[in-house]
Amino acid sequence: MNEYPSPFHPASAADYLPLTQLRQLQLQRLQAAVTRSYEYVPLFRERMRERELTPAAVAGLTDIAKLPFTCKNDLRDTYPFGLFASPMDEIIRLHASSGTTGKPIVVAYTQQDIDIWSQVMVRSFAACGLHRGDIIQNAYGYGLFTGGLGAHYGAEALGATVIPASGGNTERQIMILNDFAVTAICCTPSYFLHLIERAVELNLKPRHLRVGVFGAEPWTDAMRQRIESIAGIQAFDIYGLSEITGPGVGIECPYHRGLHIFEDHFYPEIIHPDTCEVLPDGVEGELVLTTLSKQAMPMIRYRTRDMSLLYAEPCPCGRTIRRIRRINRRSDDMFIIRGVNVFPSQIESALLQVDGALPHYAIILTRDKGLDEMEIRIEVSSDVISDKVRAVEQLRTRLSHAIEHTIGIRSRVTLVGPRTLARSEGKLNRVQDLREG
Amino acid sequence: MKLHQVSVFLENKPGQLAGPCRALADAGIDILTLSLADTQQFGILRLLVQDWQKAHSVLQSAGCVVNVTEVLALDVPDKPGGLAYVLDILETAKVGIEYMYAFTANARGEHAAIIFRFEDNDLAIDALKQKGIPILGPVELFARLLR
Repeated sequence: MNEYPSPFHPASAADYLPLTQLRQLQLQRLQAAVTRSYEYVPLFRERMRERELTPAAVAGLTDIAKLPFTCKNDLRDTYPFGLFASPMDEIIRLHASSGTTGKPIVVAYTQQDIDIWSQVMVRSFAACGLHRGDIIQNAYGYGLFTGGLGAHYGAEALGATVIPASGGNTERQIMILNDFAVTAICCTPSYFLHLIERAVELNLKPRHLRVGVFGAEPWTDAMRQRIESIAGIQAFDIYGLSEITGPGVGIECPYHRGLHIFEDHFYPEIIHPDTCEVLPDGVEGELVLTTLSKQAMPMIRYRTRDMSLLYAEPCPCGRTIRRIRRINRRSDDMFIIRGVNVFPSQIESALLQVDGALPHYAIILTRDKGLDEMEIRIEVSSDVISDKVRAVEQLRTRLSHAIEHTIGIRSRVTLVGPRTLARSEGKLNRVQDLREG
Repeated sequence: MKLHQVSVFLENKPGQLAGPCRALADAGIDILTLSLADTQQFGILRLLVQDWQKAHSVLQSAGCVVNVTEVLALDVPDKPGGLAYVLDILETAKVGIEYMYAFTANARGEHAAIIFRFEDNDLAIDALKQKGIPILGPVELFARLLR
């Protein structure tokens, strides 16, 4: 028997750097990144000057706390190319966000940026136990969205076989999963759940599928359990955002104790979302990321709006790169209804407590005669629906009670048909705030 | 002797009923009888067709939330007191009725077929058999269409 059952990809070596060398590498790269931004990005230079800082201020890693933040609005304000730090003849790729709210944001890559992105994706796949010989169906959307091409390049660099299925056309996805003996799939968790439920309905549950690499939207552990029990696979959470590079910023290892951040390229901090002070390890706050090696569009202290915390203790897998807690909420996802702070993930856990079968939902906030109203629209399937009115009414009542019990607020529960809620790039639009004034 | 009934969950918004009906029409499936239970929030369409398996797969492919349940078709004398007599039997036997509707196709002659969904179908069958109330299986029921 092979002493090492799973091949070790050389790219993963960086996951296990001794801490002294890792910190030294981070500092060197941080200094270079700050110098580059200061040199080529007018907005960053201006903000440094306002603080009477030069790149020389970064003498140690903790000096990062002196540097100005970058936020999503900065990308919108400088649309399209204002934050680029490379001339266009060195930029080989542009991606853009969907721009559901106003202007999209544009991100750029040099050849080296693409190579590093592929490398962190290789390390991500490798952490999920994937390797040469695996057949990976990439059901992230190909196009301006970073998910599709990011996962594609990474899977190729890993040496796996990639199927560029892109998003949508569920029945064709199921056919490919089965006919091509696919062993791993990449997509959003909510899309996969839809896919596997449909496959089970059609009696076409994929037999070779072993691993799912799911990201691009926050999801809960309850959702993971549901996915793993229906599909009989291991589900891994992958983290990333276009502003930093795309997918491949962080990944779970087989221990599933948070996501390892590839911090030799992306330096993580946790800050208090209101006071902006840096918080110690283990304290929850907003995740802030600095790109340490990006050329075309370096991001210094980018505020992700994702709520998390850093784990200080080492992971049993032996990786030295730190972990963040899984992100199941964003600071800007939070909404306030009748004075109560609510995160969509709270609603999700409540729904999954009832029959564990109702993870596709949207929250609609309206105001009627000055009073906030919350409606939860939930997609139902044959598993939970009956031919009896009474049984369906009971289901609605149970759901409504579970939500009220969790957040202390009454809501109106509406049951809707499968795949009827609005989605963009496979992500459900969880919250629609239609309140005015 | 039990019949398979196909039921479809409907949202309460325009066009919801047309979708499943069109899907069945396109597949050449004839709806023999139907009942629609509606509330303020949603509706449940219940259908009897000859080939319930085909209807189930057609509706499922059309993206509907479909369930199949067993119902009973009782042969009730088509005269005053005919239904009341059957209901008395069920009441005495303490069999709960979830819902019921008439089987309307070719409803001529001395007997009417009424479709029942009981809380406990087997309990109902026992009680009805004891009193000699005929329960129509798919063959007998669909044969009436040919008369």
